[in-house]
Amino acid sequence: MKTSFLDFEQPIAELEEKIEQLRYVQDDSALDISEEIERLNSKSQALTKDIYAKLGAWQISQVARHPQRPYTLDYLSGMFTDVEELHGDRAYSDDPAIVAALARFNGEPVMVLGHQKGRDTKEKIYRNFGMPRPEGYRKALRLFRMAEKFQLPIITFIDTPGAYPGIGAEERGQSEAIARNLFVMAELRTPIISVIIGEGGSGGALALGVADQMLMLQYATYSVISPEGCASILWKSADKAAEAAETLAITANRLKTFGLVDRIINEPLGGAHRDHELMMQTMRKALTDTLRHLQDKPLDTLLQERYERLMSYGRFKETPER
Amino acid sequence: MSWLQKLLPPKIKRGDSGTARKVVPEGLWSKCPNCDSVLYRTDLEKNQEVCPKCDFHNRINARTRLDIVLDPEGRFEIGSEVTPLDPLKFKDSRRYADRIKASQSETGETDALIVMQGSIKTVPVVAAAFEFKFQGGSMGSVVGERFVRGVNTCLENNLPFICFSASGGARMQEGLFSLMQMAKTSAALTALARARLPFISVLTDPTMGGVSASFAMLGDVIIAEPGALIGFAGPRVIEQTVRETLPDGFQRAEFLLEHGAVDLIVDRRQMRDKLATLLTGMMRLPAVA
Repeated sequence: MKTSFLDFEQPIAELEEKIEQLRYVQDDSALDISEEIERLNSKSQALTKDIYAKLGAWQISQVARHPQRPYTLDYLSGMFTDVEELHGDRAYSDDPAIVAALARFNGEPVMVLGHQKGRDTKEKIYRNFGMPRPEGYRKALRLFRMAEKFQLPIITFIDTPGAYPGIGAEERGQSEAIARNLFVMAELRTPIISVIIGEGGSGGALALGVADQMLMLQYATYSVISPEGCASILWKSADKAAEAAETLAITANRLKTFGLVDRIINEPLGGAHRDHELMMQTMRKALTDTLRHLQDKPLDTLLQERYERLMSYGRFKETPER
Repeated sequence: MSWLQKLLPPKIKRGDSGTARKVVPEGLWSKCPNCDSVLYRTDLEKNQEVCPKCDFHNRINARTRLDIVLDPEGRFEIGSEVTPLDPLKFKDSRRYADRIKASQSETGETDALIVMQGSIKTVPVVAAAFEFKFQGGSMGSVVGERFVRGVNTCLENNLPFICFSASGGARMQEGLFSLMQMAKTSAALTALARARLPFISVLTDPTMGGVSASFAMLGDVIIAEPGALIGFAGPRVIEQTVRETLPDGFQRAEFLLEHGAVDLIVDRRQMRDKLATLLTGMMRLPAVA
C-alpha cells in the first residue's frame, strides 16, 4: 500500500518520491546507486523523526484521522485468534459502525468491541464514517452483559468522530443509548480496558470508554468536542481549528498529565499507519501487561477502584464556607 | 450571543430573549413569546412563569425552580463549597476565567447546578436544578461534583434524588474533564440504584448533548415539561448533517413521549403533586394528601 502523506509531511513525501524514482532507475541500469538510495532513506527517516518530534495538536488530529491508520478490525485480525464477529442489538438492527467479537487474546477468551471506520468510499458509507447509531451502542451493551455473564475481560477500541447526529438516531434514543452504557460499564463485573486508537470523539467515544485502564495511542486524540466544532462555536470560524485543538488539550501527553489517561502506547515512526505490523506488536504487549495487571485484582477491589476513579474526575476549588 | 443560543432554532431564541426580558422587570406587563398575549407580570409570576392563556412554559432559574418544588421549611444547600477552576487556562475570544466571572455576576450563582436537601409535601428529598443562564447550564467539573455530593447525601440519609435539567451539554472550556462528568454522574447513579433509592429526572427546556446523554436519561422515572427541547445533537447540527428539514415538533417533549423516551409530561403547576405521588409510591411510603 502506498503511503498517503498529510500536508505537514510534504517534505517527507517529496523525498520518498525521489527514492521511488531512483529505485525505478536502478532496476534497469548498470550503475549501482543503492548507496544513494540508502542515504536518502536514512535522510527520510531523520526528517520524519524531526517532524514528528514537534507535532502540534492539530497535526496530531490529522494523524489520528489518517485514512490508512489501523482500525478495530485490523487489530482484531492482527492480534486475536478465533475471532467470531457478533451482530445486532436484538431490537432494531445491526450497526456496522460498531463491531464486536468473541475472540482469543494470547489464547484466552475475551470480548472485543470497537468503532469501525471504512477505507474506501463505499465502506466509509457502510460504516457511517464510524459514527454509531443507538443500535450500535445497544449491541455493545448486550455484549458487555454477556461478557460479564461468562466472566470475559472486555477490550474496547475507540475511534469515532462522534455519535451520529441524525433524525432516526434521535427518534430511537441516541442519548439514552449512550447514557445506559455509561451506567452499565461503571458497574460491570469484569475487567474493562479501553484503547483510543484514533479519534476519541466526545460522548460517542465515551460510550465505549468507561474502563479500569484507559490506554491511548501516541497520536490519538480524545476530546469533548471536535476542534472544528469548538472553533466554529467559540471562535465563530472553523478555520481556527488548530487553535482550538491546542487549547482543548486533546493529545495523549496532555491527557496523561491530567490523569485522564493511564498509559500512552508508542506508535511506529511516522504514525501507526506506516507500519501496521509493528503497531500490532506494541499494542499486544501493552494489552498483555494491562490485562494481567487487572486480572490479578479481586473483582470487588477492581470495581471499588473503578468507582473511586470515576468519582475523582474533575478539577474544582473547594472553599470551607462561603 | 452564547454558543448555545446559536445552536437553537429561531423560535427558541425568541423564547429565550423573551424570558430575559421578563427577568429584568422593566414594567408591569410582559408579552408571551408563544401566543403574544400581553400579561400582567404578577399574574405570570403567580402562575410559575407559565402563560395563563396558552400554557407556554417560560424558562425559570434554578432557585425559582427549587422554590416552587420544595417545601419552604427545612432546606439547606449542598455542594456550594465547590467552585470552578480553569484547568486548561482556556481562552478563545475571551478567557474562560472571565466568562465564569461574568456568569457569576449575572446570575448570582457560582456555577450551573444548585443542589438542596429538603422535602416535597413532607417527603424528604435531595433536589438539584440547573441554572441555564450560567454558561448555558453546561456541565463542567463543578456541576458533576455537586451532583455526586447530592447523590451521596441521598445514600447517607436514604433519600430519593431529583434533578431538573436545563443544559446545552458538556462545558467545552474544561475539555475532557467535562466529558468525564458524564461518566462520573452516571456512575454515581449506580450506587443510588444499588441502594434502591429512586432517581427522578425532570427534563426542562432545553436538555441537550452530554447532559441528555448521561444522567438525565437514566431516571427511574423521566418527566418532561411541555414543549421542552430534548435531544442528543442540536437541531442545527442534525439539519446540516442530513440536509433535510426537520419534522414539526422534532425533539420536543411530546415527540419524546411518542417515541417512548420519557414516562410522562407534567405541567409545571402540577409538578410538586406528581413528584410527591411518584416518590411515595417508589419509596413505599403512605400517600400524601
